[in-house]
Amino acid sequence: MAAQNPSTPPSSELPTVPFTQEGTELAKDTPAAPSRETTPPPLPPRPKIYGLLGDRPPTSGGLRVPSSAKRPGLQSKATTALSLGELHAQTNRDGSPASCQTRARGRSRSGSEVDDSASIRSFAPTMQADGDIESLLGEVLGDSEIQTWKIMGPQFPGGQSQGASIFGNGPEFEEAFEHEFDELTELETDGSNEELVVKQWKAKLKHFLVLSSAGKPIYSRHGDDRLISNYIGIIQTIISFYQGANDSLKGFTAGNVRFAILSKGPLNLVAISKLDESDQQLRVQLESLYMQILSTLTLPSLERMFKARASTDLRRPLQGTEILLSALADGFTRGSPSTLLSALECLKLRKSHRQVINNTLLKTRSPNLLYGLIVASGKLVSVVRPKKHSLHPGDLHLIFNMLFEAGSVKAGGGENWIPLCLPGFNNTGYLYMYVSFLNVNNTSEQVRERPSTSSGEDEVAILLISANKDGFFELKKMRDELVEQLDKNGSLAFMTAAIKRGRPSCTDIIPGTTLRHFLYKSRGNVQFTMPSFDPYFSTPIARRRLLTLYTHLHTHLHTRPTHLKIHHTTSGNCLTLAWTTPLFDLYAVAPGTTSRAALAQAANRVVQWVRREEERVFIIGGAVF
Amino acid sequence: MADTGAASAPKPSSSVKLVLLGEAAVGKSSLVMRFVNNDFQENKEPTIGAAFLTQKISLSTRTIKFEIWDTAGQERFASLAPMYYRNAQAALVVYDITKPSSFTKAQHWVSELQRQASPNIVIAVVGNKADLASNDPPPSTSAPISDGDGIVAVPTDGGEGELEDEEETIRKVPVRTAKAYADEEKALFFETSAKTGHNVAEVFTAIANQIPETALKGPRGAGGAQTQRTEERGRVDLGVRESGAKEGCAC
Repeated sequence: MAAQNPSTPPSSELPTVPFTQEGTELAKDTPAAPSRETTPPPLPPRPKIYGLLGDRPPTSGGLRVPSSAKRPGLQSKATTALSLGELHAQTNRDGSPASCQTRARGRSRSGSEVDDSASIRSFAPTMQADGDIESLLGEVLGDSEIQTWKIMGPQFPGGQSQGASIFGNGPEFEEAFEHEFDELTELETDGSNEELVVKQWKAKLKHFLVLSSAGKPIYSRHGDDRLISNYIGIIQTIISFYQGANDSLKGFTAGNVRFAILSKGPLNLVAISKLDESDQQLRVQLESLYMQILSTLTLPSLERMFKARASTDLRRPLQGTEILLSALADGFTRGSPSTLLSALECLKLRKSHRQVINNTLLKTRSPNLLYGLIVASGKLVSVVRPKKHSLHPGDLHLIFNMLFEAGSVKAGGGENWIPLCLPGFNNTGYLYMYVSFLNVNNTSEQVRERPSTSSGEDEVAILLISANKDGFFELKKMRDELVEQLDKNGSLAFMTAAIKRGRPSCTDIIPGTTLRHFLYKSRGNVQFTMPSFDPYFSTPIARRRLLTLYTHLHTHLHTRPTHLKIHHTTSGNCLTLAWTTPLFDLYAVAPGTTSRAALAQAANRVVQWVRREEERVFIIGGAVF
Repeated sequence: MADTGAASAPKPSSSVKLVLLGEAAVGKSSLVMRFVNNDFQENKEPTIGAAFLTQKISLSTRTIKFEIWDTAGQERFASLAPMYYRNAQAALVVYDITKPSSFTKAQHWVSELQRQASPNIVIAVVGNKADLASNDPPPSTSAPISDGDGIVAVPTDGGEGELEDEEETIRKVPVRTAKAYADEEKALFFETSAKTGHNVAEVFTAIANQIPETALKGPRGAGGAQTQRTEERGRVDLGVRESGAKEGCAC
């Protein structure tokens, strides 16, 4: 948790870029800042609320017309064709000229142009159900627009705009998000296409940079060395300026972009985000990247390298792990409930079924085993562990990322023996992990490498971790016995069925509820559960928006010094609730037409449901030896 | 080589531990994937740690089950290599024909194996990504190859001379250099393409044939002498098969 002190006046203010130093987060420089269109200021709590209400003060008549609404939900809003444009113009003017860069302003302006043209013919689709948008608008819209509507389509079930416009990010955001994970065009050797490449680079919503304290580039999610070296130089200069004053820089804002910096020994990690995340959230992500680096190298060896030579080029020892770092980074950009909550998700299984699996693990446990895990489609099924060691969620996240996001391990189709350091467990040495993927549906079919974005559904992975580096065949033997037993006692079938069932929908949990989605984190178990993203959030962009919403809620609950217990927001499109108690954190989202009372009731019923299902949705204790 | 139908009684089978070594990104995992799954993926992600796979091949007199350790090529995994080549009966030392540094690295691996691994380990030096030098021996030059090891070098020389202009930018390790090196080290030598499948099965077959019967675990075959003859034949075959495949590739 980074200390954040929202309202201290700036201790140093550069002409265009307000810097934030250790412990002195500053409120956006001008009172007008909260109404900036694309980025509500991430830190000060008060303006954030405005942000959720459409980036405008609640007194404004446009409360139910979020500043960049492309999706009016009601026919009566037809008149806003004009007023929307006006609102936009106004927001742009208000958009804190002091810190808003020209580029940012340009973006907003183009955004409002889109709005204007969109609004002319905007209202037809909301009048009908999801399906038929294309045929209805076919004559009116050009191909590209149809494309846009199609993308947005699923977000408006029953004419209900699902959060599309409440974040102040419209088509331009969508466009950017769509290309977020595309590779940059290769920079020509003569630099002739540099302008194009830089443009693509700048359009990315999120960047992660890792550099050594001597300023050597170590990792960049986008762009090769030639492209980023200038930027690395600039960021290094800024960081070292503050380090020189013994007052290390934690973050700053430039235009609509938030920079968060994490300095860890010889490394500086930088997150650059247009996704409206708080410093604390960005720093959790940077921590995770740092843990990945430690996981490859171990802390002592990292320190030794830099002690021997401050100008060490860390890319060489990290060679081959860029995919792991990028898989983590892309997970954060897509939006990961697991990272947001720093918790794990478990496969929902009957208590008795999980008990059988636990016992099988204990029965087949081989002497050199430290941890044994069964993981199904990225969700934990069962754990066997020594009494005195629990598992660190951060470590598990690294492992899951390696196995399920980066495809290389399962691509081979064989068994794997992977040396890795689990920094949460012990950052000084390596453990050895045996990995075997079972294709539970069709064992004869070879497991194929899949694109890293796809969710590997019916995969069950057996992970056996030992401190003994020669333990492969021992653990392989354990795995063979384990799988045989699990097959015999029906556990594999239970797992397959549970995987097939997937997450329950909100209406499965609370019949007839208007609740669209929720996250429930059990604080004690460091685990979370949530309903299916379908049908309202099945596209990546819808999911990203939902996660942005959760990100905001999370910020409200967990940003010091304002510790809220319950946080409730209403906007034209969306009603949200964040609720924290010593036992759990709950975040819930419902459409704007829901009453507060109904949402509160739904939240209570979610809590009841979890209480009832606790031993199914969470692993309590696990198999301990 | 498989004469499956004929044998009503199962052929004796034995397992052979094989390790792949070589610089990162030369195509070790791709070779294995081609051999085990007959599959190929562009832009395969780097191996982490090591992968363990098995694949059987059927020779005329016995079945060999390869237990394959596909190791990661990155520098930081080098210290773990002894764990994988210890007790290995065969090693594939792979380099990328377009990358001279990988050939140097291959030579280091060969000498490490000769120093540290079991004394009678069968080593194959394998130049992968042969498809990139796609003009590699044109049919006309490889046609004269009929048999024997000695002749292999001749058309290869011709090929190289002919191809220098077009190929020099892509191919960086000449066949002749690598072949001469492998001969000197008494190692098998192949150029392969995991992408096209060229020579991949041949490498493994040649290794299987090269493994001395005495080194094999598991149930034995009937006559040692007979097996010996098979091996001889295997070794001679090797040259022919290699050039034959090359012919095919050049079309």
